[in-house]
This record gives sequence, structure tokens and C-alpha cells, in this order.
Amino acid sequence: MYETKYHKASSVADAVSLIGKSDDGKLLSGGQTLVPTMKARLAAPSDLVDVSGIADMHGVSISGSTVTIGAATTHANVAGNADLQAKCGGVACLAAGIGDPAVRHKGTIGGSIANNDPAADYPAAMLALDATIKTNAREIAAADFFVGMFETALEEDEVIVSISFDAPAKAAYAKFPNPASRYAMVGVFAAQTVDGARVAVTGAGDDGVYRQFDMEAALDTDWSPNALAGVQVGSEGLLSDMHGDATYRANLVKVMTRRAVAGCA
Amino acid sequence: MTEVSMTVNGKAVKADVPDNTLLVQYIREHLRLTGTHVGCDTSQCGACVVHVDGKAMKSCTMLAAAADGADVTTIEGIADNDLHPMQTAFKENHGLQCGFCTPGMIMTATDMVKRYQADGRELTEDAIRHELEGNICRCTGYHNIVKAIADGASKMTSA
Repeated sequence: MYETKYHKASSVADAVSLIGKSDDGKLLSGGQTLVPTMKARLAAPSDLVDVSGIADMHGVSISGSTVTIGAATTHANVAGNADLQAKCGGVACLAAGIGDPAVRHKGTIGGSIANNDPAADYPAAMLALDATIKTNAREIAAADFFVGMFETALEEDEVIVSISFDAPAKAAYAKFPNPASRYAMVGVFAAQTVDGARVAVTGAGDDGVYRQFDMEAALDTDWSPNALAGVQVGSEGLLSDMHGDATYRANLVKVMTRRAVAGCA
Repeated sequence: MTEVSMTVNGKAVKADVPDNTLLVQYIREHLRLTGTHVGCDTSQCGACVVHVDGKAMKSCTMLAAAADGADVTTIEGIADNDLHPMQTAFKENHGLQCGFCTPGMIMTATDMVKRYQADGRELTEDAIRHELEGNICRCTGYHNIVKAIADGASKMTSA
């Protein structure tokens, strides 16, 4: 790992100030992607501003139908939150399936969405639930937030503080993990929201997470796995790599959507 | 350099370390506790798992500076005079061959048993296999590790 300067931020304002003063700094949350990337010398930030100790950025709170998750809340704490399990089990289940137990004890929701890995799990849920990403400066709708592969609408010195969404009537996440890396080859978050059926796909798109509108239309007519039988999923715009070509992923999108809808509670 | 102080296996320790020091480097090279292993260097194998504030974490995937103030337990810190019940279970069930992954396996195992017992959930064979997703063993084929953890779980309950 290249040299770096570590700072522990005590508050959101402190983090914004520290990152603003740094030469080429990066925010560090759980570090479960950033630290391996730095170990591989694929990233060499001059400064690391650790936001994981900021008290305001922790925890899950539910008010009416609105769920708010602090950006520094770990996957384990999202997965294990009893109120969230009752209100939106799909998101708790998704968090329970990220990485492995040690990763879930450290990795955070804010870090995951800020990185916007095309195979990360959370972006699918955020997009399907039309989540609002609150930063130190503004609120960003998920549809505007996820710009492309590893790219978000965040400004350089912007800090994600929390994520909120309206609990859907039903929701579930189904993923087909790569047999070796366990990252999603395809992951589908399906939800029945007040605005209708939502199907968001991670792992498959060559530009990151996206909504599958044909499936949403079919599910709006009939919310059942069988409603998806006639929907054609093309391979345009899907990833082809050593793990599977676009046609294979297109089929997986359909299979995983069926499983998500069947698994909805 | 950053000054870090933490508790490791019940003992207060303090040192000045370069900011890019990983927790596992601090544990192995500064504290000379070499039971915690580095197997892959890519955060996948779990040989470096320790408990930080009671939770299993990969010590190769966090900075020593980030563990400032934490309570850390390594494989050296789990036994009293006798072996920990989970260590006994690994010994009795032949849960290791070369032994390289074993410290991480045992730290992951004791973490999972504690969590399942706290939640009142049954630690089934399927659950053990799922919970071992972040620990790689290249010798055993996992079979005896799974048996050892199930046995260790019942030994921890009766202990």
C-alpha cells in the first residue's frame, strides 16, 4: 500500500472540512472495497478521512412508512435490524447476503452506494425503491445518483449522510452469485411500490444498475412470477465477460426476477 | 505516523505506526502475535480474522489506525489454560490438515456460534457452511471443519 495520511472525522462537518483540505483524499467508511484496492496499489489517496465513527451516520430509523438508514450503518446492522425486517424484509435480506460475515461487520451502505460497483447489491434496492440519498449538501434521487460504472452524482468532497425510502408493500432480492467471487452475476430487486411495480437489476448492465421496464409493465398487470413468462429480455446493453456472455446474463435477469417476485413477502 | 492504542487480548498496547499499517501487520509485526495469518492479501481467504469489539473482522482489510481504541481478540487470546472448546473440537474432529487457515476458521466459528446463540437460532450444517463463505481452506474440503464447528458449538453451550 502506498503512503497515506489517516484522519478520523468526528462529525459530518469535520469530514467535509478534512476532505476539502486534502490534496487527493478519499472518504473511508468500512473500507471493505477501498482497503483491498489500496493494497493492490490500484488507488493511492493522499489522505483517508474515516467517517465510520460519526455517531449521526449510524442506525436504522423508521417513521411511518419512511425508512432511514445512516450511511455508516454496517451491512450486519442493517440485516439484523428487527424493525427493518418487519417493515422491508427485502432490504434486510439483501444486506444479509453481501460478502461474508466479516465483511458485513465492517462494510457500510454508504460506502457501497458511493462506490457504485456494477455488481454491488445495494444499488438495485436503492433504484427500485426510489431511495433518496442525503448528503451534507443536498438530497439526490437514486435515479439521478447512479450515473454509470463506478460513477455517481456525488461531487468530490460530498459526504453521504443517510439513505431513505418508503417501505414498499412487498419486496425481495434474488441474486445469482459468481461461483468464485460471490459478487452478483445478476441481482434483481423487485418491489411493489405506491408508484407500481419496480424491477432493478445489478451485475448485468454494462453501465451499472438499471430498471427493467418491460418486466415492470408485466408485473403491473399481474404481480406473479408467471406474468414474466412472455417478457423478452434482450442482451443489448448487458455485460459480456469471462464469467458469462450477455445472452447468459439476459436469461439470468429473467430467472432472478421470477425468483424475486416468488420470494416477495 | 499515527499513535494507536488499543486492547489486544486483554492487554493495553500503544505504538506509533505508519498510517498505512494494516491491523494484521500491527498484530503480527509489532506485537509479534503471529497466530493471525495472512493467506491471500486480497481480502478473500479469512485467515486473518480477529474479533474487533466482539465482532469477526478481517484484520488485513482494516488499518491499525482505524482500530484505535478498540478491543481486539486474536487466536492467542481465546484460551485460558486449556484449549478453548472450539480449539478442542477442531483437534478432536480432525478439522485441520496444514493448519494455516485454522486461526481464521476458529475466530469465525466462535463469532458465528455466539451470534446464533444470542439470537436463539439453530446453527445447522447448512448455516455453518453459509457462514464459512469468507474462509478458505485448501486442504480439508471443509467437511471436518463443519463437523468441528457443530461439535464446538455444543461444547461452548455446555461449557
